Amino acid sequence: MLSFIVRRLLIAIPTIILISVFVFALQKLLPGDPVLAMAGEERDPATIAFLREKYRLNDPLPIQYFTWVGNALTGDLGISLRTNQPVLELIAEKLPVTIQLATMAMVFALAIGIPAGILSAIKKGTVADYVANVVALSGLSIPNFWLGIMLILLVSVKWQLLPASGYVPFDEDPLRSIQVMIMPAFVLGTALAATLMRHTRSAMLTVLTSDYVRTARAKGLSERRVILKHAFRNALTPIVTLSALLFGELIAGAVLTEQIFTVPGFGKLVVDAVFNRDYAVVQGIVLVTAVGFIAMNLLADVAYVLLNPRLRKS
Amino acid sequence: MTLTRMTLAAALLGATALGAQAQDLRIALQSDADVLDPDQSRTFVGRIVYASLCDKLVDITPDLKIIPQLATEWEWSDDNTSITFTLREGVTFHDGTPFNAEAVARNIERSQTMEESRRKSELTSVAGTEVLGEYQIRFDLTQPDATLLAQLADRAGMMISPTAADEAGANFGLNPVCSGPFAFEERVAQDRIVLTRFDDYWNADEIHFDSVTYLPIPDTTVRLANLQSGDIDILERLAATDLAQVESDGGINVERAVSLGYQGITFNVGNGERGDNPWGNDARLRRALSLAVGRDIINQVVFEGSFAPGNQPFPPNSPWYDEDHPIPERDVEAARALLAEAGYADGITLEVQVPNTTVPLQLMQVVQSMASEAGINIEITSKEFATLLQDQSAGDYTASQIGWSGRVDPDGNIHQFVTTDGGINDSGYSNAEVDRLLNDARETTDEAERKALYDQARDILNEDAPLVYLYHQTWIWALDDDIEGFVPYPDGMIRLEGVTETEG
Repeated sequence: MLSFIVRRLLIAIPTIILISVFVFALQKLLPGDPVLAMAGEERDPATIAFLREKYRLNDPLPIQYFTWVGNALTGDLGISLRTNQPVLELIAEKLPVTIQLATMAMVFALAIGIPAGILSAIKKGTVADYVANVVALSGLSIPNFWLGIMLILLVSVKWQLLPASGYVPFDEDPLRSIQVMIMPAFVLGTALAATLMRHTRSAMLTVLTSDYVRTARAKGLSERRVILKHAFRNALTPIVTLSALLFGELIAGAVLTEQIFTVPGFGKLVVDAVFNRDYAVVQGIVLVTAVGFIAMNLLADVAYVLLNPRLRKS
Repeated sequence: MTLTRMTLAAALLGATALGAQAQDLRIALQSDADVLDPDQSRTFVGRIVYASLCDKLVDITPDLKIIPQLATEWEWSDDNTSITFTLREGVTFHDGTPFNAEAVARNIERSQTMEESRRKSELTSVAGTEVLGEYQIRFDLTQPDATLLAQLADRAGMMISPTAADEAGANFGLNPVCSGPFAFEERVAQDRIVLTRFDDYWNADEIHFDSVTYLPIPDTTVRLANLQSGDIDILERLAATDLAQVESDGGINVERAVSLGYQGITFNVGNGERGDNPWGNDARLRRALSLAVGRDIINQVVFEGSFAPGNQPFPPNSPWYDEDHPIPERDVEAARALLAEAGYADGITLEVQVPNTTVPLQLMQVVQSMASEAGINIEITSKEFATLLQDQSAGDYTASQIGWSGRVDPDGNIHQFVTTDGGINDSGYSNAEVDRLLNDARETTDEAERKALYDQARDILNEDAPLVYLYHQTWIWALDDDIEGFVPYPDGMIRLEGVTETEG
């Protein structure tokens, strides 16, 4: 098990290096001069020259890259060109926000998607199955921003039940923190719930026709026990893979959801940074996200092994 | 499951008790401020925060007269090469450092010498300062500069604590210390900026809130939803398209003021090789475009009639507006005649670069359809703003839809755009007479004389038309009807002196 994890970690290193080169290069390919974006309306030549010097934008690209990587290895991701805050501090400030959003969204997604998937698999071909499918399709097709705005208008403006937007840190006021996050998490979770539902359904359908399920039924086990213990557990493997992959989608979805609900998280940070050509922040965020994504997949691999004893031998 | 259900129920129940807390004023801004150091910052919303955080030497009235703030009196020398300020006594910064002439001298020095300072160009005329007494200071100028007072009514005149500035250096913006009615409490980037009441403020009687929280909420619909649900008290820049709904909706008041800035089309007439094209070479074409567009129509179609049509760098309600050149009526025939005179009777194509956001695109589509009736075929190239700006300053464009946020002094809206060595003369326009007139207008403090000089420059610029002005944005604020005493200013700031919240 340990050697498995170590091996996977080693494979992750070249991936991270590639990503860092990629992010750096893409960033430089973006049209638009960051210094012009920073210098303000007056675009004073002295200010422009000073900023180029200060952020070392005059250095050749390879030198800029290695300086950045060198600093990043020591935990220094630079400072935001816009607010002067250290990038690492910004990320540390925003990460918990997006983690809370993603976690709550995942809870919504799992709580809706998995039961709906199981239900539609065991009731295949019935009205319940069709309804679940139509709902799932709607969840996938309704754009986040539309659903978000509609929820705000209905729940916040008309019914005045939940705050329209914003964020309250969990440790400051847990209840309020959850209240503020309910709508964004729901919006983010619905699309994922639909994907999860469809995959759970097909995994369950495959498993339900397998020999061991027939055997379990033949043994006279209750249907409930057959479905939850024998069928569902085996259907879980692809669902776990999917959940790990969905983490990437969650982060991508958070970018939009955070914009709509003005949640000051990772997604909002990166969007604003791109528009302001805040290079250091964009690079830092993408790097951290990539590492996070790799870590999630590693966890998923470990989870398979735990769920499926057959994999332990290899 | 029971636990989840209880939490959910509690969450929903608790939510009904939400809303603004007493004595905390919550203001929604269209975007997040940049660094909170008056010497380094450059965003409009940053200035809105400063209006409550940092006092300036002087302030303005809604009709742009300069009035005392930290300086109570000032006097120009006879040759206008120095100005002596008498300062307000008994003022302290939020950290207890006393405000005096020495503090002013150190502030000006910081604005002029700190490497990161963005205020250098605003204070170029200041050669040095001389402390004459505890509360008296003289600014010596390299040449007469009529624009200086207006600069001191903005960030260049904001006074920060010299003690805090020395300690923090370029990082001052992470914990700004000024002398305004509210002191800095905390900032969470992209989420909120919180200021708390400063009890020792010199004008504390006029301040009626314990704290003020600024929340950046970029989406206009969401900003309005927050006001309607009672989560905020004031929002700035309500979308013109939401006006009708808000005005019919009870519980919300709307205030407005025509801004100091403008929007229009800048032509490349001499900025690099691309200036050498029919549109850059022949002013008749540019005048034809100006005649082909109905500015009232733009205002009705794009802005629901709530903005101010315009044809000069100053809005028609400004004291600096030249009445001799009123907004032209749309005249398609005259536009066609000008095109024919220039040799394009069969029409001509114009490529205009436009920021890729809703309003500029709508604007240009309306202009496009009106211009086509006069035989001008506009091709719209939409670009992301940072790219547009880069191409424009590099001269890689024919025409560009761009504007200016506006300055209190008229000089700030015109000099740097059309004088030969102007810092933002992206048009590449150059005319010795215009240079002379606009330079002279800087040197006299007599308003009538300055007005005459600007009017003369207008006569030439109207003919040459390197910039075709289209409209002036109107600042629109929406306020909870509990909020009273709000005064709209053309600079778009939110000044909290005299603003109160009634029990409701």
